[in-house]
Amino acid sequence: MAIIVVDVMLKPEILDPQGNAVASALPRLGFTFAQSVRQGKRFEIVIEGDPTPAQLAEVEKAAEVLLSNPVIETYAVRVES
Amino acid sequence: MRVGVITFPGTLDDRDAARAVTHGGAEAVALWHADSDLKNVDAVILPGGFSYGDYLRCGAISRFAPVMKLVIEAAEKGMPVLGICNGFQVLCESHLLPGALTRNSDLHFLCRDQEIEIISNTTAWTTSFNVGEKIIIPLKNGEGSFQCDDKTLAQLEGEGRVIARYVGENPNGSRNLIAGISNVRGNVVGLMPHPEHAIDSLTGPSAQGLGFFTSILNAMVK
Repeated sequence: MAIIVVDVMLKPEILDPQGNAVASALPRLGFTFAQSVRQGKRFEIVIEGDPTPAQLAEVEKAAEVLLSNPVIETYAVRVES
Repeated sequence: MRVGVITFPGTLDDRDAARAVTHGGAEAVALWHADSDLKNVDAVILPGGFSYGDYLRCGAISRFAPVMKLVIEAAEKGMPVLGICNGFQVLCESHLLPGALTRNSDLHFLCRDQEIEIISNTTAWTTSFNVGEKIIIPLKNGEGSFQCDDKTLAQLEGEGRVIARYVGENPNGSRNLIAGISNVRGNVVGLMPHPEHAIDSLTGPSAQGLGFFTSILNAMVK
């Protein structure tokens, strides 16, 4: 069994009001380390056995078509064992 | 003239949209997201709501509904399509319109009467208006901030495809105060605020939203 992880983030130029809200909440709790915060999504896709290059290509395609919106988001695909 | 109103699971404003179509003088035809034919409609409205629970992204799942395949094909051939609020989000996710709608800049869900200015009256859905006409219709959404890259924005502005802008303070962070846009041909229009809730003064802030629904009759008569 392997887990294919797809991370989806808003492009840097797209305003992220949720990330901003988190960034402004942190210092209120005494956490003063953050210069800024961006919030994204993480998908964990479980497959049987180790992924083949063809499967990874399929996941890339799904990330492009469904999991992310290329107009406002970027994605990154990686495998976690 | 028959105007289809699509109901997805989670759609809210289909009844009001159908009522607005009837008030405008056309026949409203109910369409279901799983339908495999468009029932001979002449135009289609994608109403507001939270189709498929807004899971993943607003409109992202609805785009793949069986009926949307037919809507996309028909729109590409010139059939008039109006997407309101969630419908606008579906049209962007379907790539019938450029850009995307993102979280309101202040994170609040807005529900208020909003003044907008009509910028273009050459689309299938805006011929009943005068350019520069200001109307007040409800705005109610959490993800209504219109975003696109600079090149797309310049194209939309240069080609006269911004059809309406918010008047006054920017309610949600939309680029260039954009409240609605059209495709190049002008048959597909997306609009964030809700004209279908402003078709008579008994239930709405005005009856000025009716123009969108009478415009479509003009488009057919031509």
